[in-house]
Amino acid sequence: MFPRIVYESFRRQARRKLLAGIAITLGVAVATAMIAVATDIGDKINRELRSYGANLVVTPQEDTLDVEVGGVNLKPPSDGAFLNEADLPKIRGTFWHHNIIGFSPMLPVTVKIGSSAKDVTLLGTYFDKTLRFGKEDFTTGVHITHPWWKVSCGDGKESATCAWPADDSQNVLLGERLAAQLGKRPGETVEVSGRQLTISGILSTGGAEDDQIVAPLALAQQILGKPGAVRRVYVSALTKPPDALSARDPKTMTPEVYDRWYCSPYVESIAYQLQEVIPHSHAEQIRQVAQNEGTVLSRIKGLMLLITFAALFASALAVSAAMATAIYERRVEVGLMKALGAGNLSVSALFFAEALLLALVGGIAGFSAGALLAHQIGRSIFNSQISIEPVLFPIILALAVFVTFGGSAAAIRRAVKFDPVFALRGEG
Amino acid sequence: MTGITTSGTTDTLLTPKQVAARRASAPHTSMFTRMLVRAAVLRRRRASSALLAMVVAAAVATAMMNLYVDVQAKLRSEFRNYGANVVVVGKDGQALPADALAKIESVLGDKTLAVPFSYAVARTKDGQSVVVVGTDFARARQLNHWWKVSHWPDAPNEALVGMRAAAVVSPNRQPFELTFQGKAIDLVPASMLQTGAGEDSRIYLDQSEFQSWTGVAPSTIEVAANGTAAQVDASIRQLVQLLPSADIRPVRQIMEGEANVLNKTRATLYASATLVVLTSALCVLATLIGWVFDRRRDFAIMKALGASERLINGFFAAEAAALGVVGAILGFFIGIGVAAWIGRVNFHAPVVPRFSVFPYVLAGSVAVALISAILPIELLRRVQPAIILRGE
Repeated sequence: MFPRIVYESFRRQARRKLLAGIAITLGVAVATAMIAVATDIGDKINRELRSYGANLVVTPQEDTLDVEVGGVNLKPPSDGAFLNEADLPKIRGTFWHHNIIGFSPMLPVTVKIGSSAKDVTLLGTYFDKTLRFGKEDFTTGVHITHPWWKVSCGDGKESATCAWPADDSQNVLLGERLAAQLGKRPGETVEVSGRQLTISGILSTGGAEDDQIVAPLALAQQILGKPGAVRRVYVSALTKPPDALSARDPKTMTPEVYDRWYCSPYVESIAYQLQEVIPHSHAEQIRQVAQNEGTVLSRIKGLMLLITFAALFASALAVSAAMATAIYERRVEVGLMKALGAGNLSVSALFFAEALLLALVGGIAGFSAGALLAHQIGRSIFNSQISIEPVLFPIILALAVFVTFGGSAAAIRRAVKFDPVFALRGEG
Repeated sequence: MTGITTSGTTDTLLTPKQVAARRASAPHTSMFTRMLVRAAVLRRRRASSALLAMVVAAAVATAMMNLYVDVQAKLRSEFRNYGANVVVVGKDGQALPADALAKIESVLGDKTLAVPFSYAVARTKDGQSVVVVGTDFARARQLNHWWKVSHWPDAPNEALVGMRAAAVVSPNRQPFELTFQGKAIDLVPASMLQTGAGEDSRIYLDQSEFQSWTGVAPSTIEVAANGTAAQVDASIRQLVQLLPSADIRPVRQIMEGEANVLNKTRATLYASATLVVLTSALCVLATLIGWVFDRRRDFAIMKALGASERLINGFFAAEAAALGVVGAILGFFIGIGVAAWIGRVNFHAPVVPRFSVFPYVLAGSVAVALISAILPIELLRRVQPAIILRGE
């Protein structure tokens, strides 16, 4: 009898059930989408924060002091120590290599242009270099670590004729202020230490590079006469914001704490691991970038968390309101059932069974709609997938049932308490 | 019949004339308002749940709009922790005019941080070159939060020594001597400076000490300009006019990173706020439709007593509008409170209430209330009053 009453209730009151079902579906969809976005926002913003550039720098351990003012290096060019370019692909072999988005080696060389007496820095680096570690090919370079570097024909606009040089070419980029000073344009050549180098584009960075020549690393090494030499490496890595554990010195840790520290993507532990794979190196966080990410990230995450609570609250309220209305409209039915001898328990059971059914159907539909919504948000805003954890599904479903029950409970209690005589007389 | 009440009890029978006179003396609107008020009072439970839904929706909408506008400003000030976004440099390495700093501050306002830097290459006792920088420590400390310094210099001849410079000049934190063009100076390391960048190889001195030692005036001023990208651009244009002898350069790394993260955050916030506002509108819709539908009996009685359709529509619309207005006003203030609370919890600064969003909240609330009143009325209009009154 009971299943039949439930079945008939759905069949005969399809319109009302549909309304309640739509409310639940929409509520669950919004809740799912918001939870998915909020759980993923940290990762997404972390990636966006990488547009600030590298947060780690690797230098030779026994390096001499940099003597650099306004981007001009006053140190004798072959002075000091170097890293070995051949060691760089090993960065892919560190524990947290998935978190390392990219790296760029830098080799500044002080050169003279043509016959002028003025010193200019020629900076050797990777632009978009393909490297191989083990069986895996990957590309890295300033494209990834310095996304604000722009190449143009000198007018600030990107165009096909003025492009990044290939990493194995003899072409260079001229910093925009240097280019203006020399009066050089892309396509022309510039004489550097007796070599004629073709200018493939004008580089604008807003930094010291605007006064420099930027060349492929191999070319800078040839000019310096030190094959394989690298002065420093900028590494851009996704990191976890600092906390009490991150700042501790690994040498004073107990083995368990050390393991936990080593296996957390703190900027400190990634620096430590970089030092392990690159011989005679010293890795340091770039504090301007590394220390500020944490605050920005936690602010945005906190904000999304609070908004998600607001969304959950609003959708719970919407579901409750819809359920309360649906039940309130059925007092006559309750009166009839009670007049026929149904107890409070069986009437409540009927309503709860209906609510459960609605919650399950609405929950499943809402979850899929919410997943779709989250996917859309991820694609349109972050250009990447917002993944929905499968573990979210039972949680959302339970939440839907819980909220639907909660929203119905008060209305059911009132409907059950209502005197059947009044209900049947049509009063109330 | 609780929805409608007669206009009070009468002890004596009145003649039709007296009744007519009484009716004429009572303004026509008073019955209308009375019906509105009585409807709300007599069904306060249902009315209050409808009002609650309205208030919550208006509050959520207000909070979201307030946050959407204010959070961007809040985040921008967080991004200023990344340091300078504009650099003023003397052309060709020349020193800047002495009044450059004062000029910059007068143009950009008090909140703008501007820090002067002057550079010189000095020699250590054993002949090593090291870059020495003169600056204003109080300002540099505010601008460059990420500098890891245990003790900022506050006594004469105290210096901040970069990590790597320290290994050369003062490995055991002992006092050291530097010479610049034959002039020597004795310095005490106040603290090590760690940044992971070029600063690590330099020694920082107070500007006045630096200048009396080397005679070098500031050649660089780093500026943290507040505001949106357009405002920063305007600041740069102002500075270009103000200081023709200097190069004004935006720090692209900082500005583009900020724009990128901010745009994404804003878009996410916008999507979330839209979803939340829509959900709460849905909540209002569901509650109000139920409320109006529930009162089909009032509707039927009014119709049976000969009320015109216009009057009934007007009555329910007025009721919904009143609900919308009251809900919007209450919700607005609650919403401002919620936004302020979120601002305090998350940004440690309250969100400034924006009364400019009130018209939108009000219009939205009334519109949703009207829609949810008119929908069920349209359904009920087709039904004969007798059927409703029979309770079917």
